Amino acid sequence: MSPVNYVYLAALLFTIGAAGVLIRRNAIVVFMCIELMLNAANLTLVAFSRMHGNLDGQIMAFFVMVVAAAEVVVGLAIIVMLYRSRHSASVDDANLMKL
Amino acid sequence: MIGLLVGVPLLGAAVLLLGGRRLDRSGHWLATLLAAASFVIGAVLFASMLGEDAESRAMHSKLFSWVPVEGFQADVAFQLDQLSMTFVLLITGVGTLIHLYSVGYMEHDPKRRRFFAYLNLFLAAMLLLVLADNFLLLYVGWEGVGLASYLLIGFWQHKPSAATAAKKAFLVNRVGDAGLAIAIFLMFTTFGTFAFAPVLSAAGEAGEGKLTAIGLMLLLAACGKSAQVPLQSWLGDAMEGPTPVSALIHAATMVTAGVYLITRSGAIFNGAPDAQLVVVIVGAVTLLFGAIVGCAKDDIKKALAGSTMSQIGYMILAAGLGPIGYAFAIMHLVTHGFFKAGLFLGAGSVMHGMNDEVDMRRYGGLRKHMPVTFVTFGLGYLAIIGFPGLSGFFSKDQIIEAAFGKGGTEGWILGAVTLLGAAITAYYMTRVMLMTFFGEERWRKAPTPSPAEPDVEPAAETRGAYTPPHPHESPKIMTIPMIVLAFGSVFAGGLFKAGESFVGWLEPVTQFEHGHSPVSATAVTAATIVALVLGVGAAYLQYGRKPVPALAPRGSLLTRAARRDLLQDDFNHVVLVSGGTHLTRSLVYVDNKVVDGAVNGTAASFGGLSGRLRRLQNGFARSYAVSMFGGAAVLIAATLLMRAV
Repeated sequence: MSPVNYVYLAALLFTIGAAGVLIRRNAIVVFMCIELMLNAANLTLVAFSRMHGNLDGQIMAFFVMVVAAAEVVVGLAIIVMLYRSRHSASVDDANLMKL
Repeated sequence: MIGLLVGVPLLGAAVLLLGGRRLDRSGHWLATLLAAASFVIGAVLFASMLGEDAESRAMHSKLFSWVPVEGFQADVAFQLDQLSMTFVLLITGVGTLIHLYSVGYMEHDPKRRRFFAYLNLFLAAMLLLVLADNFLLLYVGWEGVGLASYLLIGFWQHKPSAATAAKKAFLVNRVGDAGLAIAIFLMFTTFGTFAFAPVLSAAGEAGEGKLTAIGLMLLLAACGKSAQVPLQSWLGDAMEGPTPVSALIHAATMVTAGVYLITRSGAIFNGAPDAQLVVVIVGAVTLLFGAIVGCAKDDIKKALAGSTMSQIGYMILAAGLGPIGYAFAIMHLVTHGFFKAGLFLGAGSVMHGMNDEVDMRRYGGLRKHMPVTFVTFGLGYLAIIGFPGLSGFFSKDQIIEAAFGKGGTEGWILGAVTLLGAAITAYYMTRVMLMTFFGEERWRKAPTPSPAEPDVEPAAETRGAYTPPHPHESPKIMTIPMIVLAFGSVFAGGLFKAGESFVGWLEPVTQFEHGHSPVSATAVTAATIVALVLGVGAAYLQYGRKPVPALAPRGSLLTRAARRDLLQDDFNHVVLVSGGTHLTRSLVYVDNKVVDGAVNGTAASFGGLSGRLRRLQNGFARSYAVSMFGGAAVLIAATLLMRAV
């Protein structure tokens, strides 16, 4: 199977993720979509690494995973706190950051 | 030695001003002593100068380097030549006499110490003015005398009129001072220096245009300081100062500084005939202007002030004639210094005996009560109208002759103007004399304001309790200076004229040429005497034969205009004050509407724009995400597009 297909899959996953971030209101879903986009990016890194016979992309994928794990910790904590204070996980309810 | 001449009175001023109340009792004697010391130093220098040859009489002494910069050398250095020497003797001599007189005149004034400090300050500044060897140091003295004049005019500053008069004198003088400053700038750019010797010796090589510009600016300066048209308006009001001040500063010395300036810069004017013509016109106009004003004033000091203006007009006119006139200008200046100071001191003596009354319509018949004042004032009067044999006769006659000697139509016009001036001088001085010392005694009568004369202010004493004055002769300390000055008024002219000694004395500094007068000297003298007789006769018919009304009659249109100084203040008000007000108003309008409008408009448009842009910040995380996404998409698209191209 040609490695190019992995790139197509990654593009599809990224598109789904981006659409989810832009469309969905539930913070958990938005969060999962962000993870989806990160993983799509990882997939392209690994696919191109394979295509070019170069390990740099794979190493980069590990970095992304670590950053994603850290981001999950912080992000989930924020969402939990948000839910506790507002009894809602909708991102549109958290709109105080404006003039 | 020359520095000492300036230093001694300056020391006096410093000691008196810083010494405080301790010197209240003795300060005036200290000031008089220092003025006299300055005169003695001057006399010693004069004697040593006489011992030298005419050509090597000028002395120089450099005190210190003031601004030693590459390409800009300003020194505090003095130059004592024949011209300066003449002034030094006049200033210190008359100054000492007036110090002495003031001891009596200001005896009861609580601020006497300060008065004498200012007088000493004035002497120092005036000596600095005439002794400076460069225009910059002259400017220092020029400003110094302006300051002293301001302080002394406003000496009785509790009177609002005196305070206003001081301010007016100061402001009008600023205009002239600006002219002097510009003249010095022009000199520096033209000649690269402002010391007298290099500037005056190089004046011939500079272009006529530049010389004319410098000359006109110097003339503006002279107009301010010497109260010449159009900057003459301050002198009449300056009479608010104590009378000794009027005698010293506003008659004998400071107001003649303009004549000194023009004579000193003679080389510049010689190379600029246009500037000279303007000088002559200013002199001629002022000499008539002052004389006409002098005819209408009832205030004795203001009448004398008009006369001063007119006599300085003579000097300026003579100085404008060039080498044929400089020496005569200075000669008239010196004789005028004697007789006008004497006249003012006489007026002060009259006021002293008359409860400070200045209205001549309230005098009359004073010759019986004040014999010494009468005789000294009378001699000064005969001198100023040019009675044959007295000093004014010689000096004025010379100027009239020089005016004819200018040649051509100009010469005839100037000669006629000076002759007319002489007649008017005789008229108004006779009027002053008759109203003050002759006729019936008019001060006892209680004044009755008449309804027929609505524009006549009721005299001051009708409002308060009126105590009739008891005219009496002034103390000796006041009469002695008057007697000395009267001697000067009588003999100075003849002394100067004898063998052209004065002209010969000044010649190394001012040059001298004989004018080519179309009329003979005898004819000029005869015409002068005719003018004199006509003037005196007219005044006698009007004020000697008929009784003088104690309240001023309404008078003709010209009289009323002359009482208001020929509308000079009205003119200044309409043209300068209203004009200035309108100018500033329109500038404020432009500033508010155009300049502020542009600034405020820019600010408002940015404010409005940012208000619109602020709406983009709506707080919805997803809308921010859309803009990030869109931005990233645009960036990628642009990158790809660039790659493709």
